[in-house]
Amino acid sequence: MFHAKRLQKELIKIHQGLPPGIHLVAANDFQEWQMDIQVLDENPLYYGKTYRLKFKFSNNYPIEAPEVMFIRATDRDIPMHPHIYSNGVICLDLLSSGNGWSPVQSVESVCMSIQSMLTGNTKNERPDGDDQFVLRTSTSLRNIRFVYDDNTV
Amino acid sequence: MSSDDEFMSDQLSDDQYEDDDYSLGELEEDDDRYLDDVKDEKPSKKAYEVDYKVHSDEQIRAAQQIQIEEVSSILGLPGEQCAILLRFFKWQKDRLIEKYMDTPDEVLEDAGLGPGYEAPAVLEKLKGFSCEICCDDERGLETYAMKCGHRYCADCYRQYIESKIKDEGEASRIECPSEGCSRIVGSKTIDLLVPSEINHRYRELLNRTYVDDKPNLRWCPAPNCEYVVDCAIRPTQLHSIVPTVQCSCSHQFCFGCGYADHLPCPCLLVKKWLKKCEDDSETANWISANTKECPKCVSTIEKNGGCNHMTCRKCKHEFCWVCMGPWQEHGTSWYNCNRFEEKSGSEARDQQAKSRASLERYLHYYNRYDNHDHSAKLDKDLYVKTEKKMTTLQSSSGLSWIEVQYLEAASKVLQQCRQTLKWTYAFAFYLERNNLTYIFEDNQKDLEMAVETLSSLFEMPTDQLANAKKEMMDRTAYVNSRRIILLEDTAKVLAEENWKFTVDLKQ
Repeated sequence: MFHAKRLQKELIKIHQGLPPGIHLVAANDFQEWQMDIQVLDENPLYYGKTYRLKFKFSNNYPIEAPEVMFIRATDRDIPMHPHIYSNGVICLDLLSSGNGWSPVQSVESVCMSIQSMLTGNTKNERPDGDDQFVLRTSTSLRNIRFVYDDNTV
Repeated sequence: MSSDDEFMSDQLSDDQYEDDDYSLGELEEDDDRYLDDVKDEKPSKKAYEVDYKVHSDEQIRAAQQIQIEEVSSILGLPGEQCAILLRFFKWQKDRLIEKYMDTPDEVLEDAGLGPGYEAPAVLEKLKGFSCEICCDDERGLETYAMKCGHRYCADCYRQYIESKIKDEGEASRIECPSEGCSRIVGSKTIDLLVPSEINHRYRELLNRTYVDDKPNLRWCPAPNCEYVVDCAIRPTQLHSIVPTVQCSCSHQFCFGCGYADHLPCPCLLVKKWLKKCEDDSETANWISANTKECPKCVSTIEKNGGCNHMTCRKCKHEFCWVCMGPWQEHGTSWYNCNRFEEKSGSEARDQQAKSRASLERYLHYYNRYDNHDHSAKLDKDLYVKTEKKMTTLQSSSGLSWIEVQYLEAASKVLQQCRQTLKWTYAFAFYLERNNLTYIFEDNQKDLEMAVETLSSLFEMPTDQLANAKKEMMDRTAYVNSRRIILLEDTAKVLAEENWKFTVDLKQ
């Protein structure tokens, strides 16, 4: 299996060490992993908080992008961000196969990108139309078509 | 006409001269002469007809090749690179050459080519290589990189490209798998890495983007048809012309909007009409024309008989249908409202009368439109029956195959005229009333009568059909001439922009 081999290698590398603020929570199989991330500077929006990310891999990973979203758990909330919906869905071109995703990306590099996306944010707000989006979004992220037009945050 | 269109037509005339021994210089001169000839030969082009050509898949591919080679000889770049440049510039050859002459490096970079020549695409085995995608580091692993130097194992590269082509339908803008590298994967790489059926799909997709990028080309919308129509009519001209074309597969359609032949109705009116027929705007009109709301609970009530003393089924409120006031106030004047002439009441009635008139107007046109639409479908069945009649006629009357062809011709004309009549009603719906409208309606009436007469001839039993041959042929010719007159007149006024429509055609 193509994706298993690659994830195996990623796992070995993760066990050798991860950048500060990124931790592996669970990697019991090659379908779904969970990661915790923290923002390391003193950004008051996220200071002292930890957030949990869920990664879902298809058999075509890393040719195809993984599905990545924030999930709620004990002591884990969904971070406030103008590109993160309150159900945890993240609007980021990097996470879409037809747009910014490259097979060279990895779980670690995605975590780092999301970490820096939070670090650079100063707006304590949700995306436009968050309520409606959350209401009609199905559980599959694959069918959501985002338009990536905002490069400011 | 923009310059690249001229090139297209030049180039396709070139094809026609392919077998002749002209040198290039002579050819160009000859082209002009050829175009003049066309004008002289066909002075009788109808006002509603447009110039167009139909190209096959191969011709479209060849046309691209010729342009690639021409650009290649001007810029002195390999064909592969010119193909990528042309696609990036949406086949605007002159713009590409101009930009390239000004800032070659910038153009190459923007198009995803970068400086220097592409080395021949080859697989390499490198010592100590580890693929960044699958993390494989076996010895003897075959690897590939374009000249950007981002090297991955051949398997990963192939999987990546296949996924782009198969899952995303991407062809002209497949980028290097590396993050942030926008180097375009060209056809040499594709040839080297992917299996033939996916390569075939890749070429198909490239062909499709070519047709999509050129405003003068459009795929025939008929199912399974692979022809492309080349027509110079631009979207900005659609208010003054209805560019109807016929593909080599015999499907007739509008080049402007892709919808089946809708002469004489301009595209914008077709769009509005279809939308109007689909949405509920006329249902709302019916409701306002035929119902009132209970003054108390606003339930919608249709009065279908009886006196003016209404009792709402829902809230039991009693009121007068005429003045909408409470019934008690009417005292003893049962069944007769003496407050009839009140101003508010008369305003409400005017409003209702307007709704009613507008609805009636719409229904007038819609019923006739729908009737011809329906008849056209029946005529299709008729065509099948005609074929049977033709065979019976051949055996019973001893007529040869060629002698019974008049039946098929008549049936085809009939269908076409029904189609035209159908759209004359949508057209008329949006017309403002003036002298031109009367002429149009006369033409419409003449065509309609001619069509119905021809249609009735088809109802004859087969044994009488043979004797009616002359009449049928005459009728067919007459119907056809009526259609041409109607289309010709309508198109002329349209070209002069003299029709007055109730909506703005230039929206």
